[in-house]
Amino acid sequence: MAVLECHNVSMSYGKNTVLNNLSFSINAGDYLCIVGENGAGKSTLLKGLLGLKKPSQGHFCSSDGLKSTDIGYLPQQSPAQKDFPASVMEVVLSGTLNSHKFSPFYTKADKNRANEMIKTLGVEDIKDECYRELSGGQQQRVLLARALCAAKKVILLDEPTTGLDPLMTKDFYKLISQINIERGITVIMVSHDINSAVNEASHILYLGNNSHFFGTAQEYRESELGKKFLGGEPLA
Amino acid sequence: MLSSFSEMLSYPFIIRALTVGILVCVCAALLGTNLVLKRYSMIGDGLSHVGFASLAIAYALNAAPLAVSIPVCIAAAFLLLRLGENSKIKGDAAIAVMCSGALAVGVMVVSLTSGMNTDISNYMFGSILAMSKNDVILGVILSAAVMLMYILFYNRIFAVTFDESFSTATGIKTGLYNALIATLTAVTIVLGMRMMGTLLISSLVVFPSLSAMRICKKFKSVVIFSVIISVVCFVSGIYFSFVFSVPTGASIVSANILVFAIVFVIQKIKDR
Ligand SMILES: Nc1ncnc2c1ncn2[C@@H]1O[C@H](COP(=O)(O)OP(=O)(O)OP(=O)(O)O)[C@@H](O)[C@H]1O
Ligand SMILES: [Mg+2]
Repeated sequence: MAVLECHNVSMSYGKNTVLNNLSFSINAGDYLCIVGENGAGKSTLLKGLLGLKKPSQGHFCSSDGLKSTDIGYLPQQSPAQKDFPASVMEVVLSGTLNSHKFSPFYTKADKNRANEMIKTLGVEDIKDECYRELSGGQQQRVLLARALCAAKKVILLDEPTTGLDPLMTKDFYKLISQINIERGITVIMVSHDINSAVNEASHILYLGNNSHFFGTAQEYRESELGKKFLGGEPLA
Repeated sequence: MLSSFSEMLSYPFIIRALTVGILVCVCAALLGTNLVLKRYSMIGDGLSHVGFASLAIAYALNAAPLAVSIPVCIAAAFLLLRLGENSKIKGDAAIAVMCSGALAVGVMVVSLTSGMNTDISNYMFGSILAMSKNDVILGVILSAAVMLMYILFYNRIFAVTFDESFSTATGIKTGLYNALIATLTAVTIVLGMRMMGTLLISSLVVFPSLSAMRICKKFKSVVIFSVIISVVCFVSGIYFSFVFSVPTGASIVSANILVFAIVFVIQKIKDR
């Protein structure tokens, strides 16, 4: 069953149409990588999928009854929170809020979950530091931990590896495929790292200026487009 | 000093002022942190001018002042906090428009009807020492409600203030909590206007949070610390105004400025 479907969607900012007549569907447990040049509309598509921006034509839907409280999200840029005083723990914990129906306070389980994610992303030693005083890569890890706390069925990541060091990037891909396989969480990731994308993901969505490609990673590898972008080298 | 303090406490009108004042200060400090972080520091000014206009209209129509000004201010707060983000007029400009517009309306209504009476001038400059028993009861009930709501929704208010699009995307009812913040702010401002006057109310919202933000690293400690600063400044302001017979509003603001300066110096020394 499709967790998320996109029917003939066009999205635009005023008169500037960014996405044109796009259709695809994602099943539960899929791992989709969205690739394309800067300004192709990848972030805009994520905003559409999340319901943060309305499509100008077509619609998004879910035949699986996906609720927004089952979603985790890592934005590409957080709005300038330069002077916001908040500790790493407070930021990560806020990711668990969407599992609450009415209860106003964090439970023991929430705290355990937050601590687990903090450990997974290696930010334990800066747990009580102020978020605004961290380096860019450290902030990215904290926001990833928050996204993982919120994700129950689907996680949407907008260029998650920006700012991560090579070691962390490798760990990160391992972590994502782990939650994808072990916990069956559907992953939708925007990435410029096309080689890792093809290796890791089950499906690829390529957004071009006037053409789109949607298919499995294998199909992408064999397509003209894929050959061009992957530099023609056959991958094992 | 101790004797003059206990002398001060022997006047019932001061006890009344302290009771309501402390509660309103707590509310203002709680919400202040969120408003400053959402770049709405001037909302206190905007709303209190709207409050002034609505009072003028209430007097002209012979209606109960608070019954008119609370709903009007809530509506204004909704406009400022929710529409500000989508509309072409950005937050600060919207507040400036609202401030001067409301003041103009208020002055027009006043001069066309009764003329400046003491009640209206009290609202401009504050009259905390002239509170009636009913004022006190209403003030206590409303500020207790504001505090309760803030505590119950503290975690969600934090999430919405920290990252609105993440909150919306992950299924938190952002619109609802923004509306809650707007309502609580409006109630606090209307109550605080009575104490500080239209002209000084912003300081109650802004100063304690700014001071606390300079030295605290966690959101929770900022909130707690700004409440403490706010209450301490309020009580010392009242005391100062009692001993030296100066206007209360002005001395409360002065106390806040002093604390801000001290915190500023402490931080500069720490950074070196
Ligand atoms: N808030 C906005 N207002 C107006 N136009 C916008 C806005 N955000 C994006 N755009 C336009 O939409 C187009 C697509 O932007 P988008 O951010 O979706 O690109 P992207 O594929 O995510 O690019 P990148 O790889 O740089 O992240 C861009 O051409 C941009 O000019
Ligand atoms: Mg982008």
